[in-house]
Amino acid sequence: MLRLIGARLMTTIPSVIGVIIVTFLLTRVLPGDTAAYFAGPAASPEAIAQIRSKLGLDLPLPVQFVSYVKALVQGDLGQSLTTGQPVTADLAQRLPASAELTLAGLLLAMAVALPLGVLAAVKQGSWIDHLCRVVATAGVSLPVFFTGLLLVYVFYFLLGWSPAPLGRLDVFASEPARVTGLYLVDSLLARDGETFRAALAQLILPAVTLAIFSLAPITRMTRASMLAVLGADFVRTARASGLSGGKVIGTYAFRNAMLPVVTTLGMVFSFLLGANVLVEKVFAWPGVGSYAVEALIASDYAPIQGFVLTMAILYVVLNLMIDLLYGVIDPRVRLEG
Amino acid sequence: MNDMTRVEMEPALRFDAPPSTSLFAHARHIVSENPVTGVAFGLFGLILFAALFGPSLVPYDPLASDTNAALQGPSRAHWFGTDQLGRDIFSRVIVATRLDFTIAVASVALVFLLGGLAGVTAGFFGGWVDKVVGRIADTIMAFPLFVLAMGIVAALGNSVTNIVIATAIINFPLYARVARAEANVRREAGFVRAARLSGNSDWRLLLTQIVPNIMPIMVVQMSLTMGYAILNAAGLSFIGLGVRPPTPEWGIMVAEGASFIVSGEWWIAFFPGLALMTAVFCFNLLGDGVRDLVDPQRRT
Amino acid sequence: MSAPALLEISDLTVEFATRRGAVQAVKAIDISVGKGETVAIVGESGSGKSVTSYAVVRILDRAGRVAEGAISFSGIDLVAASEAQMRDIRGREISMIFQNPRAALNPIRKVGRQIEDVLLQHVQATRSTARQKAIEALDKVRIARPEERYDAYPFELSGGMCQRVVIALALACQPQLLIADEPTTGLDVTTQKAVMDLIVELTRERGMSTILITHDLGLAAAYCDRVVVMEKGRVVETAEAGAIFRAPQHPYTRKLMQATPRIGMRLRDLLPEAPAPLASAAAAPRAPASAEEPPLMQVTDLVKAYPRPASGSVMARLLGRQEADQPPFRAVDGISFSVARGETLGLVGESGCGKSTTSMMITRLIDPSAGSIVFDGVDIGAIPARRFAASPLRRRIQMVFQDPTDSLNPRFTAERAIADPILQMNPPTSRDALRARCEELATLVGLPVELLDRFPHQLSGGQKARVGIARAIALNPDLVILDEPTAALDVSVQAVVLNLLQELKERLGMSYLFVSHDLNVVRLLCDRVIVMRSGAIVEQGTAEAVLGDPQAAYTRELLTAIPHPPA
Repeated sequence: MLRLIGARLMTTIPSVIGVIIVTFLLTRVLPGDTAAYFAGPAASPEAIAQIRSKLGLDLPLPVQFVSYVKALVQGDLGQSLTTGQPVTADLAQRLPASAELTLAGLLLAMAVALPLGVLAAVKQGSWIDHLCRVVATAGVSLPVFFTGLLLVYVFYFLLGWSPAPLGRLDVFASEPARVTGLYLVDSLLARDGETFRAALAQLILPAVTLAIFSLAPITRMTRASMLAVLGADFVRTARASGLSGGKVIGTYAFRNAMLPVVTTLGMVFSFLLGANVLVEKVFAWPGVGSYAVEALIASDYAPIQGFVLTMAILYVVLNLMIDLLYGVIDPRVRLEG
Repeated sequence: MNDMTRVEMEPALRFDAPPSTSLFAHARHIVSENPVTGVAFGLFGLILFAALFGPSLVPYDPLASDTNAALQGPSRAHWFGTDQLGRDIFSRVIVATRLDFTIAVASVALVFLLGGLAGVTAGFFGGWVDKVVGRIADTIMAFPLFVLAMGIVAALGNSVTNIVIATAIINFPLYARVARAEANVRREAGFVRAARLSGNSDWRLLLTQIVPNIMPIMVVQMSLTMGYAILNAAGLSFIGLGVRPPTPEWGIMVAEGASFIVSGEWWIAFFPGLALMTAVFCFNLLGDGVRDLVDPQRRT
Repeated sequence: MSAPALLEISDLTVEFATRRGAVQAVKAIDISVGKGETVAIVGESGSGKSVTSYAVVRILDRAGRVAEGAISFSGIDLVAASEAQMRDIRGREISMIFQNPRAALNPIRKVGRQIEDVLLQHVQATRSTARQKAIEALDKVRIARPEERYDAYPFELSGGMCQRVVIALALACQPQLLIADEPTTGLDVTTQKAVMDLIVELTRERGMSTILITHDLGLAAAYCDRVVVMEKGRVVETAEAGAIFRAPQHPYTRKLMQATPRIGMRLRDLLPEAPAPLASAAAAPRAPASAEEPPLMQVTDLVKAYPRPASGSVMARLLGRQEADQPPFRAVDGISFSVARGETLGLVGESGCGKSTTSMMITRLIDPSAGSIVFDGVDIGAIPARRFAASPLRRRIQMVFQDPTDSLNPRFTAERAIADPILQMNPPTSRDALRARCEELATLVGLPVELLDRFPHQLSGGQKARVGIARAIALNPDLVILDEPTAALDVSVQAVVLNLLQELKERLGMSYLFVSHDLNVVRLLCDRVIVMRSGAIVEQGTAEAVLGDPQAAYTRELLTAIPHPPA
């Protein structure tokens, strides 16, 4: 197992290098003069040139790249003009909010999608199969920001069941002592039921929004791979040996069907991390996504770059974990490593 | 044996197209078996109509504001209501169709050409071409795609063209991989080997044996990604990238209406969102329909 | 039959719901199997033989259902039995083994656990004894070191080994009836013999009844007491195994039996009646070349080596450290032979012996690693495969492929497929001339001219094979490589195609290199035979010598492994 982890870690190295090169290129090579931007609209050409040399933008690209990587290794992603803080600090402070939202959305989606997909495959052609098809098509068709707004209108404005879509806690609740940064976990650790309920109330709508969005690919893949596996020869063997329905579907079919689903999780995370930005904007959620959107509006480049890079590295790590999970399920991969 | 005769002969030798009658009959069968596909084709016609003729048919100028009529709900005069500047939302939604549709079609066409070409070449020839294409695709895939699109538009500058480019780039790996896999499988197929024995050159093999056989799969891919392309473009303009106000565009209109949701003026965000949703829904259904149409397994 | 039958199928009809309404896959058949009896159900593809067996254990897929008839198993009505009852019967009373053993096992579960699952389900073991019983079951099917194999996953075992595991699984609960559905299809002939011997021995030992479902009449007759012949969903004949060969009653059985190659037969004997000559014979058949004449093709010390998949730690690979003393894998390891003009040379061996790699090198689809291939005085092995398409020698070496479906472009009509080599290498002056040539070729291979405008999916297997042959001979090649050209065809079609190939050779004066695993077919078609194993030639000589009086132990092993129907 250790060897497998080592082997997988090795395969992520080219991805990380690629990610760093692309984020570097996005800021340094493409049009848009960073120096002119830093100098402000009223600056004279001389002032711009001065800033350029101060930022090292007049050096050859490879040299710039080396200093970029050096800064990166020290965790330096530059300064945010809007907050006046180092970008790294800003991101670290806001990341738990995004993580809590994304995880809640994903867990919710899986809790619905897996049983739905399995049932749809097992009872092919039944009402649950049709429901599954509707969910799968409707889910991918709903723009995630639109779903969020609809939910807000119905549950906040019309029904008044949920609090105002303004962040992680309403103004009267106090933040729990920071341990993980995830309010639900921290409030439980602090045995603070009230904060927990308040945080949960705020989390439900955005999490549901994300879940609706990521429901579709998981359901679709679960159903499809379950159908494929149910038609496989080894399931026929299991049936012909008289194994009970539960055993055939649970032990034989489901575990095999999970392999493509686990692979799909990579794509789902890609969707989730992107959709997160939109959902955070709709719900004024103080995560890294809304941080990036604010920076975009203010044309503040360092935070955007830092955000893109952080998300990419995070995504690479998530994919690594998915790979390892795959290895746990599939012995063929395990022994190959 | 000279090339002239061969070139002249080609147009006369048209064996390649399958008989059209069976395709038509099959299409009818698909629609009759799954009426939803028929609905999708109908919706697609409607969207196409709005994109082509919408701007000359709408009742109001989509940019004309009228402060006296601001924030009115749906009525006989304004079917979808008016926004905070008193602009007619119905007119704006219809006019926006052309822009959203163009962005989606342009980006899908771009990535179809680039990704398809790169993938087919990589799959057929292998070697360093394959390695380079694979590496590019892997690097793009290492990013959460929407986040990469944000980064690209932020870096390239805020314009519709850049939205098209960014959408094409993030879809590149999908197209390249499908085309590569299909070309790679067929490279070793018996009929390609047979064509090799018949003295076809590599490029001719690619053009006559491989490409025609993977075209249906690529067309399915295109119709399946159209919806995603529209969603992506609308998402970018929702967070303020690409299209600028007051241009009517579905994503940006939903963004403008978002702040009025909490005070109950639902129609400003609802109708453009509904239009967006309908378009994406239509493209996704269409994609499934086209797949059924093309999938040889379903054609018996 | 005196004793009451163990399994009694009467008047059984199985229907499948399809787009065009219900289709009857099995039509009112009667089959009975006595206690301890071994019965074969023989038929070509689509005869309904597998569907019958699925109906017995009720594992038909969703679209299928028993429309009529009764199946009774030691007094139990299997058609009316509840699903819970059926579950108890499956695996404990009636077991099945399938073709493609590797796919028949759960790929991500240890094989020992899979046997345990069945034992526990039928309460043949408790949690504490299950492991021991599973190991015993593995031991009984002669799997060496069963304790270790218990922990193996299917992908770690060979095909033959997987089939043994499947047999262990099927026999674990001591059932009364074993249904073996093409248990050896896809396995090499020596493995096939080992598996069949094992099945017969184990079932005899336990006094079990067996149903063997197969397309191979030879296999059926060699191992079974009684043979049931099915055609298009109907039983056309039931008889003792010996009798069916001695005196087949039904015309279909006669045709099927006749088409099965056996010792002492000639190629023409495979066909129901002497075929009419294809057309007026143009050229007199060329006699096999005399020894003095230089051979058409001389292959010397041919090698194809592949680098071994890099093993060892990632770190070592990353640092560019090559694993030492890992010689490349030699798929073909220094073979030499010649093909004379007008001769048919057979290239025989089991899967993985290097015969396909050899044929690919000779057709110049891949480059050899070493050695020479001299064709009519030119070393074509030295011309890179990529550039051989432009060589004038290209048209003189052609090939007929194994799978007729796979070898035709689905978007080309039959005419376009046949015309392809002509268009590339010898473009005719007009459209009409091309059409005329294609029609001539179609007639030559016995393909009705009106089928030329059809696409592959509108043609039958035999017709597709003819298109592939017409394409190969379109430019009058000197050497045609036949790569298992009939492996994907039913025996009756195989008989026709083999005869066609022989006639074409005689008329056009070509040489054949016939690549095959089927010694019975090789015997019929070939003048000389080469036997390959692990990339090397084990034995070569005239067909009579090699197959009649084999010198190498391996050749003898291959020959004895062929199931011999009673002559």
